[in-house]
Amino acid sequence: MLQVSIYRYNPETDSAPSMQDFQVDTGGKDLMVLDVLEMIKAQDTTVAYRRSCREGVCGSDGLNMNGKNGLACITALSDTVRDNKLVIRPLPGLPVVRDLVVDMSLFYRQYEKVQPFLQNNTPAPAIERLQSPEDRAKLDGLYECILCACCSTSCPSFWWNPDRFIGPAGLLQAYRFLADSRDTATDERLAKLDDPFSVFRCHGIQNCVNVCPKGLNPTRAIGHIRNMLLSRAT
Amino acid sequence: MVRAVTSFGRSGLSDWLLQRVTAVILVAYFLCIGASLLGGVSYAEWKSMFEGTAMRIFTLLAVLSLAAHAWIGMWSVGTDYLTERLMGKTGNVLRLAYQIGCGLVIFVYVIWTIQILWG
Repeated sequence: MLQVSIYRYNPETDSAPSMQDFQVDTGGKDLMVLDVLEMIKAQDTTVAYRRSCREGVCGSDGLNMNGKNGLACITALSDTVRDNKLVIRPLPGLPVVRDLVVDMSLFYRQYEKVQPFLQNNTPAPAIERLQSPEDRAKLDGLYECILCACCSTSCPSFWWNPDRFIGPAGLLQAYRFLADSRDTATDERLAKLDDPFSVFRCHGIQNCVNVCPKGLNPTRAIGHIRNMLLSRAT
Repeated sequence: MVRAVTSFGRSGLSDWLLQRVTAVILVAYFLCIGASLLGGVSYAEWKSMFEGTAMRIFTLLAVLSLAAHAWIGMWSVGTDYLTERLMGKTGNVLRLAYQIGCGLVIFVYVIWTIQILWG
């Protein structure tokens, strides 16, 4: 039997969060953590968590499993369980709505700040704005982000300043548009990032790289933004 | 864009760049001092070393670098942990007091160094 400990908190009825223990019979199978949560939900229907696609595409079930952020649907028990114990907590640093469900407003607000859409004020061509294969390749490793928030909520700089530091997820998207050959708002985008918090709170500890379920590298993207700022300002 | 009037250069990029340049200067200075100490140095040799203008200017440069480096680092620590978000309004009072305290200590160190070098 797998020992699972789950963070429980209902702000409307509980004065403080607590951990609740469950015993789960996995039948010796190497299930995904989301499967285990579904089995726990069958035992206690009041356990709350987000889920949707159950295949690592929607980014709904970002959780902290045995101390490391990840997507419950694509994290196998063999990757996270130690000594037959699994501790599941909500993503750190964001307000808890209930149990494992967090309020993502701060995260989305930072995403909104980087204006994650293509900006081009030149007259639109008849069919589409073309891009060479080489320019398109520059977006690889950037566009794949699913906004699960595993990276930003594993970053201490985001924990302390979630209202001022854009965080790895937002900055990855900022660079995705800075690197796009079709975008013409590069200078305006960079001007909004040259303050002591938005980008420069990143100290390069790479927690974001360590947890990204899609294998992306926000630290590298942040380094590119820094270099773009540096080459324009010196 | 987040406004910050107490950061060293008012710009994230300038603070970031300055912190790296000052770090290189400090490494060079401490390597220079370390090499002198490891080579064995008497009081008279030490005194004569610091009577040279070049060494005095290098030391002043190192202390000014330390001052800038320390302010940027301490400012970052203060704006991480002493905040309204973590402590309520008290955080703002504590942070400002902390920044004034850091500024005073750094100022004293700079003046003290100048006094030692040319006093």
